Amino acid sequence: MGIEVKVEGLTKSFGKQQIWQDVSLTLPAGEVSVMLGPSGTGKTVFLKSLIGLLKPERGRVMVDGVDMARSPERDVMEARKLFGLMFQDGALFGSMNLFDNIAFPLREHTKKKESEIRRIVMERIEVVGLLGAEGKLPGEISGGMRKRAGLARALVLDPQIILCDEPDSGLDPVRTAFISQLLIDLNTQIDATMLIVTHNLDIAATVPDNMGMLFRRNLVTFGPREVLLTSEEPVVAQFLTASKAGPIGMSEEKDAATLAAEASGGAPAPVRRELVPQLEPSPGLGERKAVARRRERVLGMLDTLPASAQAAIRSAYGRDVLEPTAVLPRGGAL
Amino acid sequence: MTLQEERRPARHVRKKATGLRPGPRSSNAGGAGTLLGPLRQTGKLFALALEVVRAVFRRPFQFREFVEQFWFIASVTILPAALVSIPFGAVIALQVGSLTQQLGAQSFTGGASVLAVIQQASPLIVALLIAGAGGSAICADLGSRKIREELDAMTVMGVSPVQRLVVPRVLATMSVALLLNGMVSVVGTLGGYFFNVILQHGTPGAYLQSFSALAQLPDLYISELKALIFGFIAGIVAAYRGLNPRGGPKGVGDAVNQSVVITFILLFFVNMVMTGIYLQIVPPKGG
Repeated sequence: MGIEVKVEGLTKSFGKQQIWQDVSLTLPAGEVSVMLGPSGTGKTVFLKSLIGLLKPERGRVMVDGVDMARSPERDVMEARKLFGLMFQDGALFGSMNLFDNIAFPLREHTKKKESEIRRIVMERIEVVGLLGAEGKLPGEISGGMRKRAGLARALVLDPQIILCDEPDSGLDPVRTAFISQLLIDLNTQIDATMLIVTHNLDIAATVPDNMGMLFRRNLVTFGPREVLLTSEEPVVAQFLTASKAGPIGMSEEKDAATLAAEASGGAPAPVRRELVPQLEPSPGLGERKAVARRRERVLGMLDTLPASAQAAIRSAYGRDVLEPTAVLPRGGAL
Repeated sequence: MTLQEERRPARHVRKKATGLRPGPRSSNAGGAGTLLGPLRQTGKLFALALEVVRAVFRRPFQFREFVEQFWFIASVTILPAALVSIPFGAVIALQVGSLTQQLGAQSFTGGASVLAVIQQASPLIVALLIAGAGGSAICADLGSRKIREELDAMTVMGVSPVQRLVVPRVLATMSVALLLNGMVSVVGTLGGYFFNVILQHGTPGAYLQSFSALAQLPDLYISELKALIFGFIAGIVAAYRGLNPRGGPKGVGDAVNQSVVITFILLFFVNMVMTGIYLQIVPPKGG
């Protein structure tokens, strides 16, 4: 089972520019979480802070007893072996072919024999659908393949925590749907804690157990997916409906004049998506272990949630006690 | 998007600090920042040097990487070093020869020119070539890996780029410098001998005799020690600039440029200090 990641009061700035402040959240063990946010709100910075690549000025990131922001480098190094991070463009080593890239963590951290390394690597290559391309250099393949190779490399050490930085950017809608399914299947198979940073609404609507959103240097909210998906918060509503009306502007924030013009102008009311059920693992993989855990956790905190979220959760869990999430009619229903 | 945003403050600082060589990457862009920038850079350079020294003893040692880097640096420096050292030895021999001739001490030409070649010229030639040919390649390599996030990816996988990449490179520059120094000393001395004896009609006997009268083994030791330290400096500076490029590909180019210039300045300064100390603590043979 994955490991819980506890973030407390995290604040990060570059020079005078504050990226976000006082972010506190807990990624529940083994569950899939998504962090949404308009471009440039520091989602990638948040991800890098979780893994200790960037050091926030204040706050803690507790993973298995290690504070990724403050603990000695040696402990952080050791704790990083629990992580798998999929970079936005894969961040593959340009001088190595895909096979060596994916085998790199195994060769560095284990004393496995070459034959065993080969077996594990080919297995992962098959999971991400790159069979036949293992001899190619990263420069010779498409962006989507690089992403998937990056994911395969993040997976070889059987990480307890998987972080994905925009798994959808640069992918077509079909490939995005496949990668969503892949992420859910992965969670089913290895039961790792996952955090996906994205601004893709399809992923946000179908993949996560929990969802959060960063905006204007703050964490707007973080909680069970229903909370965010039913939230009436203007930022969240605007983001989820992809509408121009709302606090998010082309540059980071709109000025007061634009907002006032908008209020009087009467923009067409944005159409809110329906709350669609979460993705199910592919047939044959069985049930995600996180589902039962999440159910217990969410039902336990139900009273503290907003009324609309409570209703959504009740209707999802009430419909069928044993199988809370129905099979998703892919595509059109989104 | 988020990446660009990460770089934005750096660019912002850079505008304020134009004309400052090492360029403060400081978060503090005020007046104190401009003043403390170079100091901060120096501190970080020393911190990296310390980290490298510590990581040398940490297992597993990257032997394969070391051999590859050693071979690469040796292959780009051997020929230029030999080609530079012949005329350099000749110039010193001619200059010293003409000077001693005017002073009437022609018989000491050999000793003087050989000492100059071994103690000063050879380590510097080696260091300049290591920094110019090897260091720039190291800096560009690490810099482009950094901007492609390869180093971040490595760190995330729990592999320290310092231990995995920097240590083998620094050790390679040091050992190539040490060995190359021997070669340059020999070639430079032979060049000096050739020009002194053939062109200035010096006598071979006097040349060799004055050599053994003035030169002593510590001269060779200090030469090799200098080469070793210069190799270390070249490797560390190249790695430091490579690990901290500013902005995109252009930043890597700037970093390479700076790494070579910074190394040269440091080399000449350190050479001065070491020569001063050496002349103080080792008694000259002739005296």
